[in-house]
Amino acid sequence: MTDAKTQIEETVKANDVVLYMKGTKEMPQCGFSSRVAGVLNFMGVPFMDVNVLADDSLRQGIKDYSDWPTVPQLYVKGEFVGGCDIITEMTLSGELDTLFAENNVTFDKAAANKIREANA
Amino acid sequence: MAILATDIEALIREEFPNAQIKVQGDDGAHFAAHVVDESFRGKNRVQQQRAVYAALKGKMDGPAGELHALALTTKAPD
Repeated sequence: MTDAKTQIEETVKANDVVLYMKGTKEMPQCGFSSRVAGVLNFMGVPFMDVNVLADDSLRQGIKDYSDWPTVPQLYVKGEFVGGCDIITEMTLSGELDTLFAENNVTFDKAAANKIREANA
Repeated sequence: MAILATDIEALIREEFPNAQIKVQGDDGAHFAAHVVDESFRGKNRVQQQRAVYAALKGKMDGPAGELHALALTTKAPD
């Protein structure tokens, strides 16, 4: 494995929820990253953000690691969950709540419901 | 460098000849595609969308990729 892959694997295994994104959760630098970070922030999910713009080897490495061409990428308990479109669909359908609940990830159910009400 | 909605549809069609495919967007770089295909049955969204990305043969890759953003929705027929 390359250094980038080793680093990614260690990161996603050591942290329950990791978002590889462009920018940081406080200052996203892409609309898609901003949307996913915004959902997680709003739902009160504790997560680690990794800024792929800060490291070129990670920027390519994360795409190779997941066999997925775009960033953001969300990982829960070491498993790749999806990118912006998938996370949006799963948020609105309630599947994301289920995934977090099954993995004992803290989140605010009322906030998740608010997102769904606003998008109904 | 620009890519057309019809080019994207043709690439997806090659891989999924019987799918319902709808591609929207006309700025040459940002698109939305909706693909409904029987082969998606029993696969999760990540698996379905990986198959579509594979059909696009690297058009999404890196800063040199022609396709900057593709909002993808996939499902098996109802």
